[in-house]
Amino acid sequence: MDISTTVNGEQVSGEVEPRQLLVHFIRETLGLKGTHWGCDTSNCGACVVLMDGRPVKSCTVLTAMCEGHEIRTVESLEVDGELDPLQQGFHERHALQCGFCTPGMLMTARALLDENPDPTDQEIRTAISGAICRCTGYQNIVSAVRWAAEHESATKQEI
Amino acid sequence: MAVVENLPSPSTERPIGFGRLKRKEDARFIRGKGTYLDDIELPGMVHGAVLRSPYAHARIVSIDTSAALAHPNVAAVVTAKDLETLGLAWMPTISYDTQAVLAGDKVRFQGQEVAFVIATDEYSANDALALIDVEYDPLPAVVNARKALDADAPLIRDDKSGQADNLASPTWEAGDERATERAFAEADHVVSRDMIYPRCHPAPLETCGIIADFNPETGQLDIYNGNQAPHAHRTVYAHVAGLAEHMIRIRCQDIGGGFGNKVPVYPGYVCAIAGSIVAGVPVKWVENRSENLMSTGFARDYIMRGEMCSKDGKITGLRVDAIADHGAFDSTAQPTKFPAGFFHIVCGSYDLQASHVKVKAVYSNKAPGGVAYRCSFRVTEAVYLVERMVDALALEMKADPIDLRMRSFIAAEQFPYETTTGWTYDSGEYAKTMDVAKKIAGYDDLRREQAEKRARGELMGIGVSFFTEGVGAGPRKHMDILGLAMNDGADLRVHPSGKAVVSISAQTQGQGHETTFAQIVAEELGIPPEDVEVRHGDTDKSPYGLGTYGSRSTPVSGGAVAVVSRKVRDKARMIAATMLETRPEDLAWEKGRWYVKGDPEKGAMIEDIAARAYSGEPMPADFEGGLDAQVIYDPPNLTYPYGAYIAVVDIDPDTGHVKVRRFIAVDDCGVRINPMVVDGQIHGGLAEGVGIALMELISFDEEGNCLNSSFMDYLIPTALECPDFELGETVTPCPHHPLGAKGVGESPTVGSPPAIVNAVIDALYEPHGVEHIDMPCTPARVWAAMQGRPEPPQ
Repeated sequence: MDISTTVNGEQVSGEVEPRQLLVHFIRETLGLKGTHWGCDTSNCGACVVLMDGRPVKSCTVLTAMCEGHEIRTVESLEVDGELDPLQQGFHERHALQCGFCTPGMLMTARALLDENPDPTDQEIRTAISGAICRCTGYQNIVSAVRWAAEHESATKQEI
Repeated sequence: MAVVENLPSPSTERPIGFGRLKRKEDARFIRGKGTYLDDIELPGMVHGAVLRSPYAHARIVSIDTSAALAHPNVAAVVTAKDLETLGLAWMPTISYDTQAVLAGDKVRFQGQEVAFVIATDEYSANDALALIDVEYDPLPAVVNARKALDADAPLIRDDKSGQADNLASPTWEAGDERATERAFAEADHVVSRDMIYPRCHPAPLETCGIIADFNPETGQLDIYNGNQAPHAHRTVYAHVAGLAEHMIRIRCQDIGGGFGNKVPVYPGYVCAIAGSIVAGVPVKWVENRSENLMSTGFARDYIMRGEMCSKDGKITGLRVDAIADHGAFDSTAQPTKFPAGFFHIVCGSYDLQASHVKVKAVYSNKAPGGVAYRCSFRVTEAVYLVERMVDALALEMKADPIDLRMRSFIAAEQFPYETTTGWTYDSGEYAKTMDVAKKIAGYDDLRREQAEKRARGELMGIGVSFFTEGVGAGPRKHMDILGLAMNDGADLRVHPSGKAVVSISAQTQGQGHETTFAQIVAEELGIPPEDVEVRHGDTDKSPYGLGTYGSRSTPVSGGAVAVVSRKVRDKARMIAATMLETRPEDLAWEKGRWYVKGDPEKGAMIEDIAARAYSGEPMPADFEGGLDAQVIYDPPNLTYPYGAYIAVVDIDPDTGHVKVRRFIAVDDCGVRINPMVVDGQIHGGLAEGVGIALMELISFDEEGNCLNSSFMDYLIPTALECPDFELGETVTPCPHHPLGAKGVGESPTVGSPPAIVNAVIDALYEPHGVEHIDMPCTPARVWAAMQGRPEPPQ
């Protein structure tokens, strides 16, 4: 079937199998390997991308369902060589080890901060509770999201 | 023993070398630019999928692959018969057992590999699996290790000649049985407990997978595979497939977590290699999550009975009888001479009079393995047993669990200390570390809070554990796997510009080797860590060594990097002497520079020495030129990190739900190269410990169906189940490691489960008389125990 959608601001159209999962469309068809796959059952969150600004697990979304919607992946976070504050925060606060969950965590946290620029630690924990990290014990991820929130709001105030 | 409370603040006082340096590898990961196995695409690559057994135990009557072969996108379907012609139907395990690559005679666990489909794409390969018709004749299955020993239990390994029962190996013993009997006879208090360390799974977020690319023209086999021991894998493939070892190249790209799961060679790997050899094109196989949980290396599965005794208020004796469930094939990862791994480190941190340990290993109709899950060869089971027993004894003696531990610790002046089961602990100051934990926790206040809450009917528990681990396998004279000494190599080359490349045989899965190992070279040579590139994970470009697991990277590979750096430094001294027209013995070292003793202004920086080393200028006599060195490091002993952990839990009296409110972890892993990375390792390990204690379980029904084959059922802690961990540290340098460092990666996963279970029992013993609950302490189990009911079966 034919599909037309927007990925990272670019119009994408083509023919896909009706059963194709969005994660495979992103990874195989578009070659955006930053979105990972980890579990099949929408429990792990490694495949989280934003659909119209809301986090979705791309392993349980069909490509066909993206018709007319806007998808954002981890590759969109860095703009003109400038890291997203979340990317910077993850580096500052050692919020990643193997890096496999990182893209999904970043996109989940991006959606949180877009909706709530000043979340409490508990709100951050709740927001990322749909994503599993096997390496960090989450503490530094919470700290990194706080770092990003603080630096983002600082930047915005300057503007 | 010198104990340093805190290392000098690295960023201010020591700009080069050790300290909280942010990681080099982050740059690619935060951009989604890591390269994991499934990210790799090769020209002409096809995809494999594995057909697995729905039965735990069944004869294979027939396999009909014709419909699958007729699928337009299917290139081949491989069965045991095809592999037999290649001599690949069975493969050796890392415990000298054999394992079916594809089942031919019968299947022995649910999820066992039966056929391998190769198709143009992943979707088609999986479609074709449904077209393979296998007729099975089901047999009775046994999933309980005790029942596997019954006389009428079904025989699982009828493929092994002479095998008449389900014993996987002879009973293994350590310690002194008679001395232990005496200790118990003379004791004031004796206590016993039956406990199970249940089967759980490392479940790294990235599952296992491989790309095999055989070139028929050159005979070269290129393998891409995220594994924790690439050099050992290559040797195994050379033996299994009869290929020339030097014509195999394994590249481990970025690895999405390992935790022991990526140590073994799996049947899917062999199938992909065989497929590529036969088809002459690259074959990719990536398992799905269910395959990962159902068929790859599990962890633990120890049934244990412990007895402990005391005299004059101090722990004196320990007796342990354990049954190890290895599943259908014994592919436990452990050094050859240790059939029960390092389980006999079970005497823990205590100065015992005597101990005796027996371990029996059995086959069952469950997935094979017994790999680590962040555990140095069964240390985790041992620490859990001993730390649960100490708490049981404290209850019996009506003693405070910290006081009993304090009275029984091996004293600082007793190190090096030989345990009653034969380990030589290197260094420790246990009471000090316990005190730090007690202070951070505010232990006495916690006990007061608990008493007040108890009076109100609230369930609060405080649990303590104190662990000692033996990690960093290991000395060549004692430790090998499949005959390969557990040593690691390092090659260091300083280029003419003073920039360096160090190649190591350890393999990161997130531990930050690219940063930490650069810091070691930086510390030793005095050049900035950003000028040191760390290469690993490519058998063509790194020295031989056994890889990363068992907390061995820093103890073994770290030792290698320190030693090779010092060799380069010595070489630099020779060159500097020529440059400065003096004798090497007249030179002194300060970070980054050799200078003339008594004339410190006169000296040469490493980069100047490097430039000289490759130049046409005069060189020392017999000097070959260049500034490089290589070593294989054979550690003189294991390193023995330890720690004091305190968990505080609240239990909902209506549901039995356990909430870990606080967790205090004071680790002593000797000198810390990058304290930020060490803290990160501890956080992650503690989260896994929370999971094992409260949530994670691989269980089976009577027919051998795996009941936890997806993340819907295999529960992993999220950010909501994990508390903010409160860390502390003491630093007791390792006396035999070149940097004074000890391993740490597994400490938190080893030490935390007993602390949490001890806290649960501490909450429930007084109000409900509960003496023990097996992990995971799920709400259902805790609630049942509170009602005085037996635990729901595993």
